[in-house]
Parts: sequence; C-alpha cells; structure tokens
Amino acid sequence: MVDGTGAGRTRDWPLWEVFVRARRGLSHVHAGSLHAPDAEMALRNARDLYTRRGEGVSLWVVRASDIEASTPDERDSFFDPAGDKIYRHPTFYDVPEGVEHL
Amino acid sequence: MDQPLFDYTLGLADDALVSAQRMGWWISRAPELEEDVALANIGLDQLGQARTLLTYAGQVEGAGRTEDDLAYLRDDRHFRNVKLVERPMSDFGVAMARLLVVATYQSHLYAGLQGCPDETLAGIAGKAVKEVAYHVDHASHWVLRLGDGTPDSHARMQRALDAEWPYVDELFAPLAGALAGRVVDPSALRGAVLADLARVVGEATLTVPDVPPALGGGRDGLHTEHLGHLLAEMQHLHRSHPGATW
Repeated sequence: MVDGTGAGRTRDWPLWEVFVRARRGLSHVHAGSLHAPDAEMALRNARDLYTRRGEGVSLWVVRASDIEASTPDERDSFFDPAGDKIYRHPTFYDVPEGVEHL
Repeated sequence: MDQPLFDYTLGLADDALVSAQRMGWWISRAPELEEDVALANIGLDQLGQARTLLTYAGQVEGAGRTEDDLAYLRDDRHFRNVKLVERPMSDFGVAMARLLVVATYQSHLYAGLQGCPDETLAGIAGKAVKEVAYHVDHASHWVLRLGDGTPDSHARMQRALDAEWPYVDELFAPLAGALAGRVVDPSALRGAVLADLARVVGEATLTVPDVPPALGGGRDGLHTEHLGHLLAEMQHLHRSHPGATW
C-alpha cells in the first residue's frame, strides 16, 4: 500500500463512519468518516481524528457500506405520512402545576 | 550540579526530541491522511515529553538554560540520544519498526520511573507512560499488518527490522554508578523489552534479526553523521533569529 507510485491507495481502504459518545449517559453521535484498512485501524484513526480534544469516552466505527440508508426518492413515502398525525405528539396533556422535570 | 542526573535526564529528553523531529518528517508524506494525523500526534507526544525533560535538565544543571537553549543551542557532540533515533526514517516500514522499538523501551522505562524517588521525573513519566502505550499499540498494529500482509510488505518489514536492530543494543547501556537506586537502570530493561518486541515480531510472522550490535556512544555525544544534518534543520530558525517568538 506504500509503494511510492500512488497506485492502490485510498481506493483499497474502505470508508468507515465514526460515532463518538461524549460522556456516559449520552448516545453515540455521528462525528464523520475516515478511511482505514480494517476495523481495528479504523478505531485508532478515529481516536486520532475525532477525539484529539477530549471529545469522547467511547467510539464506534461502522463500515459505511454496511449502513442501509433511506434515499431521497423514498422521502415522500417514508416521512410524509407522519406529517399530519399530530396525535402522535404528546401535546394534548395538561402539565400539572409544580411538575418541574417533564 | 548533579552531573549524572543531568546526563540521564538529557538522554531521555534527547531520545524524545530527536524522535519527534524524525517523526515530523512524515507530516504531509504519510501514505494516508489518517496516518498523517496519527504520526503527527505521536510526534507531538514525543515533543511534549522532550520539552518537560529538557526543562527539568536545565533546572538540574542550575545554569539558567531553558528548554529552548538546550534544544536549539547545543551542537551534536552535546546531544545524549541513542544513535537509533537519529538515523533517517523515510521508509514507512523503518518508521514503524523504529517506533515499535523506541516506544516499547520507553514504556518500560517510564513505567519504572513513575515510582522513582525523583518526584519530577516520576511526574513526567506518569504522564508519558500513557502516551507511549498508544505509540506501542500503533506501531504493533502496523508491524503485524505489514509483516503478515503480502510477500512484498513482509520482505520490506523484515528489511526494516534488520536495519534497526543493530542499534537496539545501545538502549540498554548500564546506568552511571552514582544514580543506582535513584532512577531506572536501562540495562535492567533488556529482558522485558526484548521479550515484548519478540512477541510482536513473531506474531507478525517476522524474524528477530540476529545481528551484531553497532558501535554505541550516543550517550557520550558520539553520533552518526545524520544527527548534524537533523540539527541543522531543527535549529536553523532559532539560530538565525535568536529570541524569535510566534
């Protein structure tokens, strides 16, 4: 991979998506992506690229090709039907007086 | 002045400083952007260790020399690093072989220094020991992948080990007698360090080179011709513009 000709470089290294958990109790949040030859090196590259300034206490890396993503074409059928179903939002409850943590 | 402690601290500092300068060569040249950042991080860790150690060496000396004075205004005969770290490192296999050796050595050295009676050295070592553990990890992963990779990467990784190994012996030069019991004796680390190295090299399907040691002398200021060139580049700006700041 380091052959000095530039051949067989990044295109051989798959893309990985990086998720960082900022602290205990929070979810892992997508931070970005990187190239790495395998999962172990992806984790190490993620450490060097995305937690340089103390951003995290835990890292996940996922091969980008393993993520099944919705496409823009599917947006209408996937998301529009939820648009007019306001009863799915918890907005019909009266909040009792004195309740602070809701 | 405590000359043996000054020399010892300077040896640790110069190993780290010269390693950092060599590692800096890789910035913008690493095979991938991700590796570029990783090597820069490692070089900066080494530079940070060098700075605190040089500052402490200056205090031990008691002549008012700062970290900058010691880094930029000494000639090669006054550097106390081992020859291992000063030689060119422009092959990725060599870079990983060297990092594996240096970081494994430092990990044992700093681990021991954490508990030494010298509180300053113990403090510096306590911070550095976590950093070099990551350096060992990074180098090990690359040696494993290149050694146990393609026939070409295997052969090149073996060549890199062969090139570095004659200079491993100098790391274990015995301690000056006056320091016995006060700091870590490098000669006592030989077994543990070589065992760690042999484990990684073996797992990578490579062979520990069976080579006679090169001539030492780095700790006494007797260096290869490469150190002078390295220092010329490293010290040029400071010497041309004394007192320049960012």
